[in-house]
This record gives sequence, structure tokens and C-alpha cells, in this order.
Amino acid sequence: MAKSTREAYGDTLLELGRYNQNIVVLVGDLSKSTMTFGFRKAYPERFFEMGISEQDIMSTAAGLASCGKIPFASTYAIFATGRAYEQIRNSIGYPRLNVKIAATHAGITVGKDGATHQSIEDISLMRGIPGMVVISPSDAEETKQAILASAEYYGPVYIRLGRIAVPDIHQKNYKFQLGKGDIIRDGKDVTIISTGIMVSVAIEAADKLKEKGIEATVLNIHTIKPIDKDFIVEVSKRTGRVITVEEHSIIGGLGSSVCEVLAEEYPVKVKRIGIKDIFGQSGTPEELIRQYGLTSDEIIRNVESFYEGEL
Amino acid sequence: MDIGKDTDDLKRIAKEIRLLIINMISAAGHGHAGGSLSCVDILTVLYFQKMRIDPANPIWDERDRFILSKGHAAPALYSTLAKRGYFPEDVLYSFGKLGSMLQGHPDMNLTPGVDMSTGSLGQGISVANGMAFAAKLDNKPYRVYVVLGDGELQEGQIWEAAMTSSHYKLDNLTAILDFNGLQIDGTNDEVKRIQPVSEKFSSFGWNVININGHDLFEIGKAIDEAKATIGKPTIILAKTIKGKGVSFMENQVEWHAGTIDDVQKRRAIMDINGE
Repeated sequence: MAKSTREAYGDTLLELGRYNQNIVVLVGDLSKSTMTFGFRKAYPERFFEMGISEQDIMSTAAGLASCGKIPFASTYAIFATGRAYEQIRNSIGYPRLNVKIAATHAGITVGKDGATHQSIEDISLMRGIPGMVVISPSDAEETKQAILASAEYYGPVYIRLGRIAVPDIHQKNYKFQLGKGDIIRDGKDVTIISTGIMVSVAIEAADKLKEKGIEATVLNIHTIKPIDKDFIVEVSKRTGRVITVEEHSIIGGLGSSVCEVLAEEYPVKVKRIGIKDIFGQSGTPEELIRQYGLTSDEIIRNVESFYEGEL
Repeated sequence: MDIGKDTDDLKRIAKEIRLLIINMISAAGHGHAGGSLSCVDILTVLYFQKMRIDPANPIWDERDRFILSKGHAAPALYSTLAKRGYFPEDVLYSFGKLGSMLQGHPDMNLTPGVDMSTGSLGQGISVANGMAFAAKLDNKPYRVYVVLGDGELQEGQIWEAAMTSSHYKLDNLTAILDFNGLQIDGTNDEVKRIQPVSEKFSSFGWNVININGHDLFEIGKAIDEAKATIGKPTIILAKTIKGKGVSFMENQVEWHAGTIDDVQKRRAIMDINGE
């Protein structure tokens, strides 16, 4: 059953609120979009409607956290990380306060709202903050477990969530481990490292590649920071060919993170699939995914170009 | 809790804190003297008379919270905390030095008694709102105090937060404006007019009290009035003098930040001692 990661977040928040009285939620006039309205209804005294003021949201969350609360601050990724960057950096990151920034509508699949609402730099902004954990879950089950793990973990966490429904990849028996890569396919020819809603696209590409006789490893990096260096090196050594896929700018996101690891630990050719230093635009999510080359066909084209180079 | 039982006690303490500020900035070779000296009397009344605190247990759950939104006045906060017994006065001489627990701007993880890391302006009321929310959620009696600079009222976030405080009727929160009228590039009026401050906060739903920010009795009275005000947050507009107590620093824009040389230090100490 396909479900959006923001919806899984809302469901999990409700569950979390039931057994953890310290969970509080802050939103900026977006309780429906961020799927926090369920929590609002169930625990109105622990829900803070902050209005359209993202900077205020982040610093207020810091104040709540300093008094032992576990705030989940939610708004669109672009406003959470862009508008309130410095509040997150100085009032949450620097004092290492226990605030969870659960931002929805990340990436271009926001759709028709267009470039102003499509966050393609949020991973880059958040992972630059010392000590900030950055999580980008791939489906509903992983989101659920990531939210629960974030609440257990003490310290600032950024969780990147999407608007559109994504296929289920993980089953109930899946064990999410903060900071650990999740191997989904094991193949000897090429390594596809992916995150967020692009993981299902990477799996689709691996299945198509198999028909062409190419065995792909698919690695899901749900925790972009701290990144699982050892695992990335290990799966890259297996194939010597690495492709990264993300619904984010190729500058500063997963692709950059993987390149940083490999350049130091195991230099190997990497091709980065993502938004290529341009802004998005209005369109349906499906159209935008095609327009910006976030498809399994684009992954396959990149895989095949490895072989062209080798001939 | 009441160490400063009478105004004479408080006056003596404020004077000692001013001397510590001059000494620590002079030793460090850099610091924000003007804005530190202007808020000393406010901090003295809070820490020595009004706030429910326990220097032996700086993380006591039920303590009143304090946020220095104008974090650059760190020398004033550090000197007050040292004087109040949170850490030895000797530590003040490590201010701004590599590895010191006294950073250029307050750090809640390094300095006992600092409830929030500050320095980037405009964030103090928001943080205070968060603490005030927590107190109400937990049915705890603690109050939250935030000292603001006047220049930082130019930050948009101040007004976002001011709306939040009144919308949620945060009467356990008291803001105090260190209204010395000067900022780095000149007077508030020259840089960007912030007046009418009283009307602005009133129209945002706050209880506003205007006082002389160097009159210890008036400061205490205003804090009591804030405590007795139900259903809305209070801001105390404390008219102050930047550089208060040191003749050559008073009302001088140049003394926002900088070094204090030995001659200036001697003169400053004489001024503060009233010699």
C-alpha cells in the first residue's frame, strides 16, 4: 500500500504522543499539510499552532527542549531549513538541544506550487550544522521507525519527508538503525546509493538492469548524517562503479556526502543523479520527476555510460 | 532567596558587578562594555532579589529561567553569576580565552547558571515563550525572564514572538528592555527608528511598564507588578544609559565594544567607586 512519508509521520506522532508525555508539536499554519492534525486533536495542550512564523517556531522549540520537552517542529522543508536556518543553527544546533525538525514537502515532488516551495537544498543546509543528525526515510515503515528512533535519540535531528505517496519497500520486520546503511539489492556490477523517495526508483532501475544482465547493489542511505562510511566503502569496493540518486540538488546532498567519503577512503568514479544546480518549476510530480531526470531510465542510462567508458 | 534585602545592599552589589565587568573586559582585551554596564542594575535585582534560583543547583527544575537575548552583554551576566556564587570570580579572567567556559556570547552547556545560549539577536522572546509553555504544561510555578537590547527590536522575529506571547497569554513571562538608545552604528533613531516601543508592545497585547532602569527600587517594583499581572505577558521598558557608571563611556556609541587600556581601567574604577 502506497503512503506518503508525511502521512506515516503524522500517524507515528499520534502513537508517540500516547506513551511519551514529553512529546510536543509546533507547526506554522500547516497542521493539515504536515499531517500533524491528528496529534492536534488528540493532545491539544501539547500542540502549539505558531502561525506563519518559522523563525519563532524554531527558537520556541529550543526553549521547550531546554525544559525537558521533546519538540517536533513541522512545516515545509523550504521554510524550516531556509527561513529559519540561523535559528536552527544557533538556538538548536549550537546548544545541542533535543529538537526534532520534521519537515514535509521536501524536493520537487511538491508539484504545482513550483520552485518557491520545492526544497532542493535542505540536506545541504542541515548537514552543515555540527552535530545535526539528518534522516531521509524512503517509505512509510522506515519513516515510522525513524521517527521513533529520533524521539529516543537525544539531540537535534532533521527528518526529511515528502508530499506524495511512495511504494512500500520495507515490511514490519525491518529494523531501522540510525546511522546504518540499509542494503536492499546485492549485485556485483554497479552500486546505486539512494535516499528518500528515490530508493524505490533505484530498486526499479536495479530490476530493469537485471533483465539486461547487469547486477546492481542498491544501498538505502536513510541517515545522511552521520553517514555510514564503512558500508559505503564496502559496497563501492564490490563493484567499482557508483551512482547516487536523490531528490535534492547534487550539490551538498547525498551525492556530495558519498563523494566526500569515497574521495578519502576509496577513490572510485561516482555519477550523481539529482537536481543539477537549477530550480524546479510547476508541474505534476510525475512530470517533474521526468523533467529533472529522477527516473529509473536515467539511472540505467548512467549505468550504461560506465560501460561505454570502459570499452 | 532574598540576599539583597534592601536597596543599599543591591547598590553595593551592582557596583561590585560593574567593577568585575571592567576588570574582566580589560583582562580579556575585548568585550561589550557599554551594553553590559547599562543592564547591571536589572540583572542585580533579578539575581539578588527577585528570581527563585539556587546557585548550588543551577539546573534545579523549578528555578526561574533567565535569557540574555542581547547575548553580547555576556560580561554583565558572567559577573552577576560569579557574584551570586555560580562559579568563582577568578574564572571571569578567562573570558574569551581559548578553552574558557566563558565564551564571547553565553553558552548554556559551558557556564553554570546560563539557561540558554544566545548571541544572535532577536531570538530571546521566542525561547522564553518555549520555556513559559513548558512551565504551564508541567504546572510548574517558575517564571521566565528575558533581557532584550533595544537595537534587536529591529529583528522581525521579536514581533513574531511578541505575538505568540500574547496570543497564548504567557503571564509567566517578563521581558525587560535595556533601553539605552544606542546601537553600533549610532542612536536607534539614526539607525532605524524603533519608537514608539510602548505603543508597539501595547498594541501587540502586552502589559507595558516604563521605568528608570538604574533605579533598583523601581526595577523591583516593576518585576512584582509583572508577576501580579494575569492573562498577558509584561514588558518592562527600562530607560538606561549605555556605559552607566563610567563617565567617559556613558552615552558614547564608541563604547559598544572594544578594549579597555590601563589608564581607562583606572579611571573607570575610580568612577564606579565614586572617587
